[in-house]
Amino acid sequence: MTSKPLFRVLAPLAPAVADATVHIWFNDEPLEVPGGRSVAAALLAAGVQRFRATPVTGAPRAPYCMMGACFECLVEIDGVPSRQSCLVTVQDGMRIHSQEGARDLPFSSDPAPSQSIKENSDAR
Amino acid sequence: MNSAAVSEADVLVIGGGLHGSSSAFYLASRGVRVKVLEADYVGRHASGVNAGGVRTLGRPLPEIPLALMSREIWHNIVATVGDDAGFVPSGQMKIAESEAELDECRARVALLEAQGFTHEKIIDRATVHELEPALAPHVTGAIWVERDGYALPYRATMAFRHAAQARGAVFHEGTPVKRIEQRGTRWYAQTPAGLFSAEHLVVTAGAWSGELAQQVGEPVPVHPEGLMLMVTHRVAPFCRATLGATGRPLSFKQFDNGTVVIGGKLIGIADLPGRHGEVDFARLVRSAHTVIDLFPHLRHLGINRAWAGVEAFTEDSLPVISPSRKASNLTYSFGYCGSGFQLGPSCGKLVSELVLDGVPSLPLDAFAIDRFDAAHLRRI
Amino acid sequence: MLVEPVDVAVIGAGPAGLAAATRAAGAGLTVVLLDEQETVGGQIYRAIERSDAQRREILGPDYVAGAALADTFARSGARYEPNASVWQVTRERSVHYLKDGKVGSFEAKRVVLATGALERPFPIPGWTLPGVLTAGAAQILLKSAGEVPTEPPVLVGCGPLLYLLGWQYVRAGVPIRALVDTTRHEDRWRAKRHMISALRAWPYLAKGLQLLRALREAGAPIHEGADDLRIEGAPGDDGTERAHALSFSVRGVPQRIEANVFLLHQGVVPNTQFSWSLRATHHWDDAQLCFTPQADAWGELDLAGIFVAGDGGGIAGAQAAEAQGELSALAIAAQLGAIDQTTRNRSAAPLLRRLAEVRRIRPFLDTLYRPRDENRVPRDDVLVCRCEEVTAGDVRRFVELGCQGPNQAKSFGRCGMGPCQGRLCGLTVTEVIADALKVSPATVGYYRIRPPIKPLTLGELAGE
Repeated sequence: MTSKPLFRVLAPLAPAVADATVHIWFNDEPLEVPGGRSVAAALLAAGVQRFRATPVTGAPRAPYCMMGACFECLVEIDGVPSRQSCLVTVQDGMRIHSQEGARDLPFSSDPAPSQSIKENSDAR
Repeated sequence: MNSAAVSEADVLVIGGGLHGSSSAFYLASRGVRVKVLEADYVGRHASGVNAGGVRTLGRPLPEIPLALMSREIWHNIVATVGDDAGFVPSGQMKIAESEAELDECRARVALLEAQGFTHEKIIDRATVHELEPALAPHVTGAIWVERDGYALPYRATMAFRHAAQARGAVFHEGTPVKRIEQRGTRWYAQTPAGLFSAEHLVVTAGAWSGELAQQVGEPVPVHPEGLMLMVTHRVAPFCRATLGATGRPLSFKQFDNGTVVIGGKLIGIADLPGRHGEVDFARLVRSAHTVIDLFPHLRHLGINRAWAGVEAFTEDSLPVISPSRKASNLTYSFGYCGSGFQLGPSCGKLVSELVLDGVPSLPLDAFAIDRFDAAHLRRI
Repeated sequence: MLVEPVDVAVIGAGPAGLAAATRAAGAGLTVVLLDEQETVGGQIYRAIERSDAQRREILGPDYVAGAALADTFARSGARYEPNASVWQVTRERSVHYLKDGKVGSFEAKRVVLATGALERPFPIPGWTLPGVLTAGAAQILLKSAGEVPTEPPVLVGCGPLLYLLGWQYVRAGVPIRALVDTTRHEDRWRAKRHMISALRAWPYLAKGLQLLRALREAGAPIHEGADDLRIEGAPGDDGTERAHALSFSVRGVPQRIEANVFLLHQGVVPNTQFSWSLRATHHWDDAQLCFTPQADAWGELDLAGIFVAGDGGGIAGAQAAEAQGELSALAIAAQLGAIDQTTRNRSAAPLLRRLAEVRRIRPFLDTLYRPRDENRVPRDDVLVCRCEEVTAGDVRRFVELGCQGPNQAKSFGRCGMGPCQGRLCGLTVTEVIADALKVSPATVGYYRIRPPIKPLTLGELAGE
């Protein structure tokens, strides 16, 4: 869910190509965000105010330090949870989900067993 | 010698880990005045930073009676020390990843049954996946021990400590013992905080016990290892039992808070004088592979931290639980080779029996300090 | 991926790292500079190479100074590895890093840790609410994304960086709702003792006064001597609780300001994750209220071959960082035989003078902007460990149960065991325990820091 953004992009005198709008998904809703910046900055400019809920109490959290130290900006990006969105550049087509507590990495059907298992078994 | 400067007790225990705290608890329960001398703080080393496995599974044969005795104490831990120590009887499973490994497991269980031990049971592939649906499909079967589980190491150590204190034991932290000396029948321990003395001395100093045994003229082939562990970020619950593997080093459990602790007697670097274990990440790579092979969905799970605890290993992989052969009134309990956590309760009781009765309630010949032959000793 | 051993590994591409790498490469050594960002500059010169004229105008001349540094580095011949997250440095100087989802490691004869500073934690009620960020975060949004608050923000705390941000916002046409300054008369009075040395560094003093004057002239309401800070939450238009108002008092008079963005700052502290993980000796600095690693005049730690340069060795600012980077590189060049001691000393002389000069302002600044006790050792109900949601009261309870230090606090209640690895709670927990035990923070010590220093997944470690 988005609301009125807390941050906005200063109108540049000469718009950079890199900052052109990109189309992403946030919590399965389509979202247009400015490009050429971190996922965190893009989401903040697009009105996302809640990035995750804490594992202990489910309290809402959002970016705090923007430099990779606080781990508050954790979201799931393209199926990979616990990404620090302030350190990842936003790309067109990204599917982003808020990180709801520790309900990440649900166990589901496995991909094919890796090669190393076979190697280990053969090495007996 | 100014005797007013000496702190007296009936029993001095050197080393405030789980074994020291447990020994102090059982000794104090029998009315003796115990002082525990701990160089750092209680539970600082192996006792407080291990994987927490409460395991009778996979023990060397001589240890099994001690482990079974300890198991009963774990299942009555609240009545014993007034705290559950985070003990969860999750069951322990040692999986096999091939038919050959499963045969090894079967042979092991057969050997145990021949000796009269029935706690380890073979379970088939279907049962394994019933118990742990998240396990990779290639697992062929496992050894299963229903009444094993895990606990919280630091909390368990502190539980025994508090219970010992409640019975009058006194713990001196930040009090390293530099020298031990027997004068007549009395033992003296020199520390920066002053001199301590007691009629009986118990050495439960983990990886630092070898140095003390040397002082008494009883060299023991014990060496320190920095055993490595990793803990991950939190993840949705997917595994209830504590797991080991037959063909590769693994100890794996998911705690209530969702974090996963991964170990398996992985050898890092031990810095004994520095009182610190260091992680060698190259060796943890294997561990990471093992986990992903068994639980592919954990590929994206973050490692929060890796650490290494300092543990004592003996040449024959069995601990030393024994009276001294060189001096009177001295009892040792150390060298648990990374398997000492579950044994803490029973071995503390056995130590109290050695000290107070001279005779333990279980045979301890396999753990005698003078069992090491000349070949072992040459390698010290 | 790097596999060959190098002469010098520099970690961090801020002013210290850029200067160290440039100087070392200039001495003919093989150098690699690793940094987790996409472009050089660290935090203070973040995105300097991508910034346009408009942004540079807003950010000011100090920021622009970074461009020259970035430029000389680019031409230095040092190898640059961006997007490389270093997660372990060993005492034997092997460097482990993650880049493009793959781990790599290599050996270095010397390592320069140039990982800079972190914002000091600011544990006040409500500091974890969405809409509360650090002043540093706001600057990063401005520098790297050209973003500013949509509604006038409230700036809270003390220190030059806070006033600089306010000044930059004014230049960007962003009105400030208020500057709530925790500096008191007593702080100004005590700082006067250092006025003589401060006056010898008058360019810095003048700059500071200029910033504050510009803020006043822009009409920003300034509240000085603020106590009892509390951020209140309320449901936003999407129903989630977020920051809504700041209450405080000045000389006993309660105040309340509503806004939706609150920018906190009470100074920066050295980023000591690597130096602690190496078990280097650290000292508690009571003037700067933080731990700093013990290092000689060249920045070498009490661990052979490992150096610290820049704010990671003690807060002294960008210009000091540059000088320290060069000094470390000179020492290394001499150690590795690329230059002789005479050359080293001759080159070092002006750097040491420069360092002494820029350090002159520090006692004054450290005294004037000393963060308040109540904002470092908070009341029971305030969260100190954000990750695991442990309050100051919880930590005090641990102390009552026998916890003597931060590492036991981890075992007692997961405090410090979350993903941030103590970056946002370490100093607070040390000070809360010290205060409860009535001993110095030096006695209490700090968390044991273990690798991986930066995030690493099982799959990445396994190389799959």
